[in-house]
Amino acid sequence: MSIVEGASATLAAGPEPEPPSVVMARKPLSRGRLIWNRLAHTPRFWIGAVAMGTIVLWAVLGPVFYPIDAFSRDPLNMGMGPTQLHWFGTNNIGQDIYAQTLIGLQKSLVIGLIAGPLGTLIAAIVGSVAGYLGGIVDNVLVWVINLLLVLPSFILLVILSPLFEDLSWIFLTVFLAGFSWMIMAQVIRSQTRSLRGRDFVKAARYMGVPMPTILARHIIPNLASLLIIDATLGVVAMIMAETSLSYFGFGIRAPDVSLGTLLSEGTAAAVTRPWLFVFPAGVLIATLFAVSLIGDALRDAVDPTSGVNRD
Amino acid sequence: MTDFQSLPAAQGTTRRSTPLLKVRNLSVTFPQRGGPPVNAVRGISYDVHEGEFLGIVGESGSGKSVSSLALMGLLPSSAQITGDIDFDGHKLLEMNDRQLSGLRGRDISMIFQDPLSALTPVYTVGDQIAEALLLHDSALSKQAARSRAIELLKVVGIPAPERRAKAFPHEFSGGMRQRAMIAMSIANDPKLIVADEPTTALDVTIQAQILEVLEKAKELTGAAVVLITHDLGVVAGHADRIAVMYAGKLVENGSTADVFSDPHMPYSIGLLRSVPNMQTAGTQRLVPLEGRPPSLTALPPGCPFAARCPIALDICREVEPLLASHGEFADGVRVPGLDLAAAGTPRDQPVDSHVAACHRSGEIASGRLTRADVFPRPEPLEMQHAVAREAQVPVLTVTDLKRHFPLTNGGLFSRRIGTVRAVDGVSFSIQPGQTLGLVGESGCGKSTTILEILEMATPQAGKILIDGTDIGTASRAERLKLRKDVQIVFQDPMAAIDPRLPIGEVIGEPLTVHGVGRAERRARVQELLDLVGLDPQMADRYPHEFSGGQRQRIGIARALATNPRLVVLDEPVSALDVSIQAGVINLLEDLKEQLGLSYLFVAHDLAIVRQIADTVAVMYLGRIVEYGPVAEVFARPRHPYTQALISAAPIPDPAIERSRTRVLLEGDLPSPTEEITGCNFRTRCPLYRLLDPAAQSLCTTDDPPLVTHDGVDAACHHVDRNRIVDSALVGAP
Repeated sequence: MSIVEGASATLAAGPEPEPPSVVMARKPLSRGRLIWNRLAHTPRFWIGAVAMGTIVLWAVLGPVFYPIDAFSRDPLNMGMGPTQLHWFGTNNIGQDIYAQTLIGLQKSLVIGLIAGPLGTLIAAIVGSVAGYLGGIVDNVLVWVINLLLVLPSFILLVILSPLFEDLSWIFLTVFLAGFSWMIMAQVIRSQTRSLRGRDFVKAARYMGVPMPTILARHIIPNLASLLIIDATLGVVAMIMAETSLSYFGFGIRAPDVSLGTLLSEGTAAAVTRPWLFVFPAGVLIATLFAVSLIGDALRDAVDPTSGVNRD
Repeated sequence: MTDFQSLPAAQGTTRRSTPLLKVRNLSVTFPQRGGPPVNAVRGISYDVHEGEFLGIVGESGSGKSVSSLALMGLLPSSAQITGDIDFDGHKLLEMNDRQLSGLRGRDISMIFQDPLSALTPVYTVGDQIAEALLLHDSALSKQAARSRAIELLKVVGIPAPERRAKAFPHEFSGGMRQRAMIAMSIANDPKLIVADEPTTALDVTIQAQILEVLEKAKELTGAAVVLITHDLGVVAGHADRIAVMYAGKLVENGSTADVFSDPHMPYSIGLLRSVPNMQTAGTQRLVPLEGRPPSLTALPPGCPFAARCPIALDICREVEPLLASHGEFADGVRVPGLDLAAAGTPRDQPVDSHVAACHRSGEIASGRLTRADVFPRPEPLEMQHAVAREAQVPVLTVTDLKRHFPLTNGGLFSRRIGTVRAVDGVSFSIQPGQTLGLVGESGCGKSTTILEILEMATPQAGKILIDGTDIGTASRAERLKLRKDVQIVFQDPMAAIDPRLPIGEVIGEPLTVHGVGRAERRARVQELLDLVGLDPQMADRYPHEFSGGQRQRIGIARALATNPRLVVLDEPVSALDVSIQAGVINLLEDLKEQLGLSYLFVAHDLAIVRQIADTVAVMYLGRIVEYGPVAEVFARPRHPYTQALISAAPIPDPAIERSRTRVLLEGDLPSPTEEITGCNFRTRCPLYRLLDPAAQSLCTTDDPPLVTHDGVDAACHHVDRNRIVDSALVGAP
């Protein structure tokens, strides 16, 4: 309830009247505005954003403007290199690589874009609750975090893979997110512990504001920049995790296609028929690079002490 | 050069020599990515002569620290520095870092504000001092350097220096670290010591000690000292000259006596008038200096102070005044050595004598504009709530409150190895409409006491009664209701307000807990903003758009939202700039009268406590050692600790400050884990040392209880004999 009110009041703040008297210098920039200004002056951000926008648009609209279906076979052009007809060539059984790459890219993007933020959400909830409450709850949650950290998640996913063989890719997404939040949760936990000692949180506590409200209203918003960065970089990590799993045959299964499955099919022919491998790999690298650039620029903009800003 | 060292601190006639440090037209600009540059220092000029003590006074952001860092060559490489700094024949701005390093630590040394971060944690203090010596004198043997380090530690008053030299910085208390820093800074017999707020992080009793040590270090080495501070009281007693900085410029420069007794610049006048003075506090209202310094990125044309200046003319908003002498108008005598024609040229401004940068300084200096004309004192409020105080239920009663923390060794199975007696049997009560000032050094248990009250948990021992309800036995619902009656205003207004919420939400937050509807909340927020002197239109703005003083007002508005009976003020002005403090204190006094509030005022600044409190409780190591009406306690303190506290507090008046003899406390506050038999103050007690053995044995064996001596409670066996420190006391009304 209170969060909703907070948000609406923020929106209502829109056109602000000029401050009377004393404040005569230019209105100081709000934090959001400042971050945006810094971002706008970072070429990396624009390169990443434009590239990412193009890739997403391409993944969504590409198949619409391409006449060939990803799964239909062209018996006349099996194992052909790139041609006028098949832009990225075809595989052994005459399927079009361009169409398959687009479908695979779609799947990889969707998994990345869901699993990345999902992992961050879990991290935010677990981390802030553990950090805020402390005591036994904290001990238990930290124990769970450490347990999940020492379990090799990749092998666990491999072992679990027969389970979601019959389930849809949604479950893979959830599993991926479920093994990726722990380190961020640790960070959030320690940040929450320091925020908890801050006066404005103390003030809320002394007023009798209940715990969930304090978390939602004071703690999480103050960690928002951290969370946004983590979610962005999480997309990269999740796309890579999905691709690696699929590459080894434990992630996306046929008939579904992802960049990982395409790569695994293409590896064997990487030398003899490079188009099977090079095009999906190129698309994957471009995507990861674009998201990384955005995440990196975001981090520099939010945290003035990181990276390039250092003297 | 050596001739001057034998002379006493340069004064008057000796000034004709070439100054040791000549700063001319120094400007420092920080370029900002994606924004206009910050003009931190804008063309300042000053001289420091050999053996002179210059105090640079200014609010935060006035450029006082940046200018001295420029002097040391310690600014980040992105800073653009122009102008001329001439130190003893060296052009500092033309030297590279390597050459500067040869000077730094040898001829110029620096003392920083935070001694913890200025000392390397992984080397012993003795090694670090020895290193400073070895760096600049390769002929010195390690052994000699070490023994010299021990000697230096002894000079700055560190007990058992042989042992202490082998200790690491974390084993030192804040005051001892600052002493070690001073030892390091005088190690190579510097010609100039730059001290950047050396006592700001320290308690008032330790501050007095450190200033004495600094004075001693100056005498020993004959060095000139540049002391940068925001506290006029600190410079009043020690500086020969004072330079006042505002918005990156020097606005007044003159001898300490001149600046304090006859300031020519309205800003200096305002500063001096706004500082609560322990002598007059409580009898009259403070003079507020409203507004805040202009942003250094977008300075308006004209005088930077014009917007806050009550006597600004049109010309002040158009032409920035230059530093010039105005003294000749006062007494008809031209200031010697000062050519008035040259005074206006910015290239080589006069830096001797008394100069001020104001278009109307002439009028002020001649007496046509008096200080009271510039900043009139506000009328006192009518006492509306002078109600009968007897027979009322106290708003807050604390009886025998105890809070001990177990001290465990951090093993797998932690074992209790001691107890921290943070609060050890504290009792006090606050009547409706009254203010209790809780005073003490950091670590004395003030914060723990108010934490216990605000947490509203059942105390370990003792009782807390709010409006007669015992919070130990209150139900959950009752406690929530009690929370309405007790609110808090925090020390740091930057930290106390969530930066991500508009201030309307911040102020309305306590109301959400008690289920107040949205429209009603909005109306109440407007009302509260008006009450604390802010524009109700500003409810939708974000905290960062407000200055420190305004944010503290927001904090006060939030505390008042639920119509509390008691407001706990945890050092509400100590994080604010001096010029802002008076406005906030006046507001608190007004609100108390208007709303009939009670305050629990926690502070270490005695002048402010005297200004606002009715009753004062002095805490030492978790106990109250003196408790009584404020005028009575300040006039005739019964407990030696109170005497020392009052004596250590600096007074912004050079005449009084220099004539006082201080009761200096030995050493630091003992750790609350120490078991001290008898009176726990006897390890530092100035009285104890003067007593005969029979009287001393009473102190060592018996813990003195709080006993009433004509209206004032004091916990001391020898209240009748405390006259020994009378001479050090100030201003009985």
